[in-house]
Amino acid sequence: MEPILTINNLTKKFGYLTAVKNLSFTINKGNVYGILGPNGSGKSTTLGIVLNVVNKTQGDFHWFDGNTTTHDALKQVGAIIERPNFYPYMTAEQNLKLVCRIKGVDRSKIEEKLAIVGLLDRKDHKFRTYSLGMKQRLAIASALLNDPEILILDEPTNGLDPQGIHQIRQIIKDIAANGTTILLASHLLDEVEKVCSHVVVLRKGEKLYAGRVDEMINSHGFFELKAEKHQELIGLLELHSNIGKIKVEGELITAFLNEPMSASDFNKLMFDKGILLSHLVKRKESLEEQFLQLTDNQ
Amino acid sequence: MLRLIKIEFQKLWLNKVSLVLIFISFILPFTVLILSSIKINFFGFFTLELGELGIFNFPIIWHITTFFASYFKFFFAIVVVSMIGNEYSNKTLKQNLIDGLSKKEFVLSKFYTIVFFSLCATLLIGIATFVIGMYYSSYTEATIIFREVEFLLAYFVKLVGFFSLCLFFGMLVKRSAFALAFLVVLYIVEWLVFWAAVYVSGTVETAFKVKGFLPLESMYNLINQPIQRIVMTKFPEKTDIMYDYAVHWYEIAIVLGWTALFVFLSYLLLKKRDL
Repeated sequence: MEPILTINNLTKKFGYLTAVKNLSFTINKGNVYGILGPNGSGKSTTLGIVLNVVNKTQGDFHWFDGNTTTHDALKQVGAIIERPNFYPYMTAEQNLKLVCRIKGVDRSKIEEKLAIVGLLDRKDHKFRTYSLGMKQRLAIASALLNDPEILILDEPTNGLDPQGIHQIRQIIKDIAANGTTILLASHLLDEVEKVCSHVVVLRKGEKLYAGRVDEMINSHGFFELKAEKHQELIGLLELHSNIGKIKVEGELITAFLNEPMSASDFNKLMFDKGILLSHLVKRKESLEEQFLQLTDNQ
Repeated sequence: MLRLIKIEFQKLWLNKVSLVLIFISFILPFTVLILSSIKINFFGFFTLELGELGIFNFPIIWHITTFFASYFKFFFAIVVVSMIGNEYSNKTLKQNLIDGLSKKEFVLSKFYTIVFFSLCATLLIGIATFVIGMYYSSYTEATIIFREVEFLLAYFVKLVGFFSLCLFFGMLVKRSAFALAFLVVLYIVEWLVFWAAVYVSGTVETAFKVKGFLPLESMYNLINQPIQRIVMTKFPEKTDIMYDYAVHWYEIAIVLGWTALFVFLSYLLLKKRDL
């Protein structure tokens, strides 16, 4: 696997506050990464450091194979931080021309990228007349101008209406489908769950987890069960070796698995014991439940 | 270098306010220069022709035009501080850096623009002065025409120095209005230093020498006021009003030193700052 960004023991202190504490992780080519954490957990600071706008206190990071300077590497990176920042008195096209000049790329891509985000018909309008959703889409077009190796998005759907959120997510998915590596920082769990394959979880500047989204918690999932013979079912579950914790909420029984077990095996077992299930669902914890579990444990 | 100038020019050119200010800073000194050079007839009562005072004679004309033209630098000074202030308030500075402009390139793009503008202003004043001088001057021998052409160099250095100071203040306080206010504060501080020097040394002359090392005063010293010199040409026998108005190498060196310091400090500020 080809590394795109390697971070080693990165630390950032703002006075007494440690925003990022001894953080290490690697971003490899071709995956969609999420940086997940509540507000103030150091997501934006970390991205700010690797994008050369925030000075690190300790540790180091390098782009690609480590032989390119950060300044040169950034020309192969597309990034949007927090809010879309453009010159309000310039039109969309003029703003993108300026970005082309800075990145040293040809202007021929401007129309193509504006088309991707659906702003081609508004390209001659001034930036200050844009709605927030349009501004955010222009920012994505701008980040795509150099056909980047990696696209970094910091809270790209923050403050948008549902329609805008949907548009942005669709654009991100399309870009990811083309094989572009994406690094998405967000505090919205379902956003990360829907878009990312890998995740780095931060809390108060410390890394809690880094790896695949579906391996985030070592869990075999749980059954949600209902049956006429409520008490007998509970009795059986308590005896069964594969079942760990049991939670009862009214009619609904939630049984957590210690060992892997398929729903059909379980159904057959219950049938053999003479219990007819009226409700059987096998589920894994949602990212939200996993995240809360992870952040509560430490 | 061309790339950096192009980037900055696009930012300035498309901004109406800065465009207007740039035009004013170019056009206004010209209008004043041309208006003062033509014969003005006040409804037949009397005619005012500044040319007859001999102020458009070579070589004194170099001194006079550069001195008065340098007052119009304040218009471009507003452009300089606002081109930093706007980058902070629009947060485009951050975006520029993320897009791949290094902090060094950012400061250099501003500095190159300053140098380019100062060069244009110097050339234009140079040409205008030459044309008006050729028209009015009583002496048109080449040796006399180009005798005090170093005032043009002084004018250029003065502009670059002053705008670099504005660049530094813009970087320091991030707000255009406050940066301009800082210029006034610096002016007052320089006078405070002067009075302190008078108190310590006891003589006004030494105090002026000390003040001559400070940024604003050193820039002012490059082109001393020409009024006294005009009077001198009228009354050559009065030797007590003689003064040293020449452009000295050490005056240029002091201003160049400040310029280098201001540009370097601007870079250092930006480098240390978390955006």
